Amino acid sequence: MSWISNFVLPKIRAVVPARRDVPDNLWTKCPQCGQLLFSRDLEANLFVCPSCNRHLRMTPEKRLAMLFDGGHFQPIELPKTIIDPLRFRDRKRYADRLKEAQDSGDNRDALLVAHGTIGGTPAVVAAFDFGFMGGSMGVAVGEGLLAAARLAVLQEAALIVVPASGGARMQEGVLSLMQLPRTTIAVEMVKAARLPYIVVLTDPTTGGVSASFAMLGDITIAEPGAVIGFAGARVIEETIREKLPEGFQRAEYLFEHGMVDLVVHRRELRDTLLRIIGLLRRRAANAA
Amino acid sequence: MRHYLDFEKPIAELEDKIEELRHLSNSAELNIADEVSRLETKLDRQLRQVYARLTPWQKVQIARHPDRPHGVDFIKGLIAEFTPLAGDRAFAEDRAIIGGIGRFRGQSVMVIAHEKGADTDARMKHNFGMARPEGYRKARRLMELADHFHLPVLSFVDTAGAYPGVDAEARGQAEAIARAIDTCLKIEVPLVATIIGEGGSGGAIALAAGNRVLMLEHAVYSVISPEGCASILWRMPEKAQEAADALKLTAQDLAKLGVVDDVVAEPLGGGHRAPAKTVAAVGDAVEEALRPLLGLDGPALRAQRREKFLAVGGRGL
Ligand SMILES: [Zn+2]
Repeated sequence: MSWISNFVLPKIRAVVPARRDVPDNLWTKCPQCGQLLFSRDLEANLFVCPSCNRHLRMTPEKRLAMLFDGGHFQPIELPKTIIDPLRFRDRKRYADRLKEAQDSGDNRDALLVAHGTIGGTPAVVAAFDFGFMGGSMGVAVGEGLLAAARLAVLQEAALIVVPASGGARMQEGVLSLMQLPRTTIAVEMVKAARLPYIVVLTDPTTGGVSASFAMLGDITIAEPGAVIGFAGARVIEETIREKLPEGFQRAEYLFEHGMVDLVVHRRELRDTLLRIIGLLRRRAANAA
Repeated sequence: MRHYLDFEKPIAELEDKIEELRHLSNSAELNIADEVSRLETKLDRQLRQVYARLTPWQKVQIARHPDRPHGVDFIKGLIAEFTPLAGDRAFAEDRAIIGGIGRFRGQSVMVIAHEKGADTDARMKHNFGMARPEGYRKARRLMELADHFHLPVLSFVDTAGAYPGVDAEARGQAEAIARAIDTCLKIEVPLVATIIGEGGSGGAIALAAGNRVLMLEHAVYSVISPEGCASILWRMPEKAQEAADALKLTAQDLAKLGVVDDVVAEPLGGGHRAPAKTVAAVGDAVEEALRPLLGLDGPALRAQRREKFLAVGGRGL
């Protein structure tokens, strides 16, 4: 299998990015109920609003810490990829937008990949950074997902992907569209090795991201209230010229329409994943 | 009546003049034949000039030209004994994507094509080539059928994109596209995809993750329409021309990016001026693309497809 022989283990990140322990804003306003929440309390509650249960977006670092055993994980360095392949410019140069996003956060692109254990079982988690250009998927994200899949195969680990993305990165044109087949290939690598591939759909998972790896999970979990769909709500409204139904494209709506296995509260997410991985890998564990 | 695009005005004027003179010549005037041939030379030169320096936005308009050959025209022109196959076996028959078995230059094949429709009735019937989940699920079913009987798959892509509707979302548009892409990549028979008009985003790649991807000279292929891109990034839909430039959606740019393997030349003045010739040119290119693939076994075909898509993105413009 050539993709394994070609594979070079991604460099382990030399330095784990410094995490700001004290948030810049002490208070966060819930986007749903408007409640002012003390950031420290909000974080202790896994970024779920205690008054309305809204699952707020979280950084990939926090997400990984929440999922892995003891909050310990080893991030990998994402493969170096071509920067600004089209030399794209709208009102601003894409190269500048990219630089800005890189300077304002810890990540080089919209994906963080790490390995560790969940319930003692090896796992690779790839979490999107919505704060990085809307979590949009270009060449770097696609390559990151391929690296995650290869690492999972190499380590015989489960692969868990947590999208939070508006879709393909327009500034990379058709090359971002090509990440649909490329990430599908990544999923196939994990499936061919009969390792669990679990997707945790978070707010939002739309466009090209939803139309590829995100909808190909062996098991698909969604967080409550997450917006999940292919076409944007505004585009649909403009096309059909009517108001969208209540709860349209929300996790619960997808559940009712048979598109996801489980809608799981963030509080239960780690335990749910731990149980699923344990059940799916039971035979392997027994055989060992 | 011929439909002219804005930038084809000088061409339209010349053709009008020629037409007028031809009518006069019926009344046996002198020297008219000379004048007609002089104008025809001019017309030819004009066409060459205009079509030699088309902007990406002009190509978008050509790709959407109503007289351009559509999916059904490619099937009619290239596939003998065509036998249409319908339905996704779960919900409905989606006519935005048509498909069936037939014979392509002697070889049994499966054909899957977007169809936009040539007149108002047909456009309604085919939903302007914008498929719902059923369309992609039918495509998947047909690819699997082809796989089962070792038939090569030929796909013809021409869509503004997947249909953005409540019903489409409710029935899993994203999942349907994802699985169609997955099936393109999985089948152990050759898949030759041709972008014949508009290659619109997920709705296009759902049929186009092939061993070879061909593209007509003036077709376009993009992650988002220029209008959509302009309204999101510029916040002004009227910036579509600039967005078309920035998106690098022409066949020529996509060949440089390694997304497209072969660009098929169109007759002078674009496919809409000579649909039959265009269809035949695509037929020749498809035959050439298919020939070496017929010698490969299933796993080799799968591996070639993977390697091809894994290599994309290694180089920019
Ligand atoms: Zn709240």
